Amino acid sequence: MNYKFDFSSIGNYLPVLFSGILVTIELIAVGAVFGVGLGIFCAWARSLGPAWLKPVVAAYVELIRNTPFLIQLFFIFFGLPSIGVQLTEMQGAMLTMVINLGAYSCEIVRAGIQATTKGQFEAGWSLGMTRFETFRHVVLIPALHRIWPALSSQIVLVMLGSAVVSQIAAEDLSFAANFIQSRNFRAFEIYFVTTAIYLALAIALRQLLRGVGWWLFPRKAT
Amino acid sequence: MNRRMLISALVLAALAGAPLAALADALDDIMKSKVLKVAVPQDFPPFGTVGSDRAPKGYDIDMANLIGKAMGVTVELVPVTSANRIPYLQTKKVHLVISSLGKNPDREKVIDFSAAYAPFFNGVFGPKEIVVAKAEDLAGKTIGVTRGAVEDLKLSEIAPKGTTIKRYEDNNGTISAFLSGQVQLVATGNIVAAAILERNPPKKPEIKFLIANSPCHIGLNKEEPKLMAKVNEIIAATRKDGSLDVIAQKWLAQDLPADI
Repeated sequence: MNYKFDFSSIGNYLPVLFSGILVTIELIAVGAVFGVGLGIFCAWARSLGPAWLKPVVAAYVELIRNTPFLIQLFFIFFGLPSIGVQLTEMQGAMLTMVINLGAYSCEIVRAGIQATTKGQFEAGWSLGMTRFETFRHVVLIPALHRIWPALSSQIVLVMLGSAVVSQIAAEDLSFAANFIQSRNFRAFEIYFVTTAIYLALAIALRQLLRGVGWWLFPRKAT
Repeated sequence: MNRRMLISALVLAALAGAPLAALADALDDIMKSKVLKVAVPQDFPPFGTVGSDRAPKGYDIDMANLIGKAMGVTVELVPVTSANRIPYLQTKKVHLVISSLGKNPDREKVIDFSAAYAPFFNGVFGPKEIVVAKAEDLAGKTIGVTRGAVEDLKLSEIAPKGTTIKRYEDNNGTISAFLSGQVQLVATGNIVAAAILERNPPKKPEIKFLIANSPCHIGLNKEEPKLMAKVNEIIAATRKDGSLDVIAQKWLAQDLPADI
């Protein structure tokens, strides 16, 4: 144990590190908002949607949940250009995160919807609400409330999983860490710092999602 | 004199005598025995690998055979690694090292180098339509490179403002990015460019400008002027009659650059 830590060697690269943090935040912000949106739509489609849509959504969910994130990323970034769909690495990374989180959050939200008793739907209709209004006010909000902790965990998981987008040269926090490591060769220091940053980001994201939960579900439902 | 001393004396005599025997000219030695021993790589495609039939093959092996043919002798290939290729030459286990050997001052202290026989360089490659002739022309272009490689460090220094450098994890990422059009240009070695050309892509990477150049030379022992002259003569002749170009086309899918 006579390794000499030299954190000053990272000093020159702070701008790279900061821009990496910003990119990671940007990725998870877009990924979480659109991913959960897609997930809610898919959960509706799979449990209450028209008959023709159910197998389509089911196929999408199973495909995404049973293949690795990295392969989905490569498919979108390196594969799609062959059929003329050219995305930048940021677009590719965001799209993959949305598609990935969409499938996982679909199943989580669907669990919440299925836990809603039939009587609750009927109560909504008897109040004169349309099917959509019933879904939005009577079913979805209590369902989200029930599964919010699970959904928060999944969003944090996707944020941590986004580390692999450096593979397609998206310049996120992991890219910054690898970049700095390949320049100053202080692997221990840079990964130490990066681990700490990811930990801080994850804790901050969890707190933020808890806050969103309090705002979305001010009263105790269920 | 007891037996142990006798053995030591004999060993010493043998050791002292060995350099004397080696002083004989290597070229005479080769012509007399009709065997040319050449150190070749076996783990460095496309210069030297072992084929599925376990026979060595590659640019360096073809080069060795070309020289053997020109001299009218049988070639004996000796597989070496990059670490032991120069010791093999120094200890006279081989006459020549044809093992993608680059010239540098440290090596020049211990062995001699023939004229260059194969290109080995880092540079910026791209399709014909993109006009780039020097580092300044990179402004506004997107260029892929393998992160942390020599060409990455160099490119980061020379690229002008406005160049978008995309850094990939490994050579395969860089190749995929180029082939799928995610980057317009790549900075890499001619060996990697050859690997791209091998896939016969719609966009063929052509060399735009060099970043670092270190062509391969044949290594010889010092004080072998006759063998050196002979080897250089063969390189010049095969360069002229096109047989060296055939090898370059076969293994690197490129014509030889003008400096060879």
